[in-house]
Amino acid sequence: MSSQWDATSEHLLRGLAPQVLGAVARRFRDFSSAEDAVQEAMIAAFTQWPKEGVPENPRGWLIQVASRRVTDHMRSEIARRERETAVAAETENSTSLLEIEADMDPDDTLILLFMCCHPALSPSSAIALTLRAVGGLTTAEIANAFLVPEATMAQRISRAKQTIKTSGVPFRLPSPHERTGRLPAVLHVLYLIFNEGYTSSIGSHLQRFDLSCEAIRLTRNTKALLPDNPEVAGLLALMLLTDARRAARTGRDEELIPLDAQDRTLWDRSEISEGIELLTAALSHGSVGLYQIQAAIAAVHDEAESTDETDWPQILALYELLKRVAPSPMVTLNHAIAAAMVHGPAKGLELLRALDRDPRIAGHYRLDAVRAHLFEKMGDREAAIQHYRIAAARTTSMPERNYLLTQAARMTGD
Amino acid sequence: MKFILMMNTMKAGGGVPGWPKKDLQAHIGFMIGLNKELHRRGELVSAEGLSFPDQAKLVRAGKDGQPVTDGIFPESKEFLAGFWIIDVDSPQRAYEIAATVSAAPGPGGAPLNMPIEVRPVMSGPPPDML
Repeated sequence: MSSQWDATSEHLLRGLAPQVLGAVARRFRDFSSAEDAVQEAMIAAFTQWPKEGVPENPRGWLIQVASRRVTDHMRSEIARRERETAVAAETENSTSLLEIEADMDPDDTLILLFMCCHPALSPSSAIALTLRAVGGLTTAEIANAFLVPEATMAQRISRAKQTIKTSGVPFRLPSPHERTGRLPAVLHVLYLIFNEGYTSSIGSHLQRFDLSCEAIRLTRNTKALLPDNPEVAGLLALMLLTDARRAARTGRDEELIPLDAQDRTLWDRSEISEGIELLTAALSHGSVGLYQIQAAIAAVHDEAESTDETDWPQILALYELLKRVAPSPMVTLNHAIAAAMVHGPAKGLELLRALDRDPRIAGHYRLDAVRAHLFEKMGDREAAIQHYRIAAARTTSMPERNYLLTQAARMTGD
Repeated sequence: MKFILMMNTMKAGGGVPGWPKKDLQAHIGFMIGLNKELHRRGELVSAEGLSFPDQAKLVRAGKDGQPVTDGIFPESKEFLAGFWIIDVDSPQRAYEIAATVSAAPGPGGAPLNMPIEVRPVMSGPPPDML
């Protein structure tokens, strides 16, 4: 069945990773060793399959290779401790493919997702572990995506697994009740992976592994496993509706192009229609959450021919809803922008004043960037230039700084 | 989020080279241990020590675009001795590491309490603030 190796084969291989890990982890009752072994098996597959062709039973192949690695490690561990080798021999003899296949559980991917996105982990650790254990990415690919050395990323992952071990998270599906409580953490990690890819897909970072695509793939898988959850669908819709604008977001010199100046013919129509379809189905469930609302806002933008033709009153109403469902300073900020579009810039500036007293966002560059924009709309040139410059000094994003400095320079007229 | 930690040192003549062997070894051991710990925690992006300032050259392009080198201006009081680039979960963690570096042992094993300049690396907007 050997055929040409392409992106689809790579996705198929990655899709097998959590299933294989589930089977091996259950067999050896050791998540951490199993996860290392599956990583080795994945690397072996990535090197061998493109050259030698995909084996008859790819999943069985991966399970066998990974199981052998675990046994090897166990054996050397035992030898190190100068113990009997009986245990290792016994384990090795019992590795039959049929038996292993019977170990497969369709819930494995979900179990792993809940494990890797465990609240005990910091976001950066959860992201790294999820990408490796559930996404089937190699450590090198993850390191490349975050621009850190591979050894550093390997350490981060191994520490994450240690944290899971010490917090005693069992390898089983959380109860339906627990699942409801922990799903937001899972969705947040998927959202962060998408966001990392989306915000860094510019400038000098073009060569990085495409995290946005990977986040969409993982969220698609999650949706297949939890088909009735409207927030999972909402998150997938949000990603698609945002990703649709990717080609229009940057110019020829990789400079940022804001929404109102984007060439909307470059927006990906098929992603937009899929996103809207998903969102419409999700909204019919009747329990509206933060991802559905954000997806709805993205959809209103995506459906408009231009900024002027955008249904701003609807966007304003959606932000008001979002403020109630999931209040945060960033939501208040976006709400103020929408209010300015409906009621004029003075209204927007008035709403922003409340944020100056909020330590979570006071001094954040976006607050100044929005102010600059609203002052410009009001015709207050001096104030606009001043705030564009303050925002430029405060951002930690190079493309964003270039954009803000360019705005200030444009208004100065130099 | 990534930060750079910059360790400045007094200009050539003072500082580390004049220390007794025991203190020097304690200082070097401390720095090696710190780097190992940052690596173990998955936070180290890179760490580099720089040559002593007497090796430094100031370079400008001449009229023909060719390099024109010059010694360091004698009025420079401080030189960059080394830097770390770290990838951490919060600015607080970056400051914590900087404080550890700052307290590296000096003569007699007493903490140096050197000033460490900490600045964010332009690595993209914060993940999100939702």
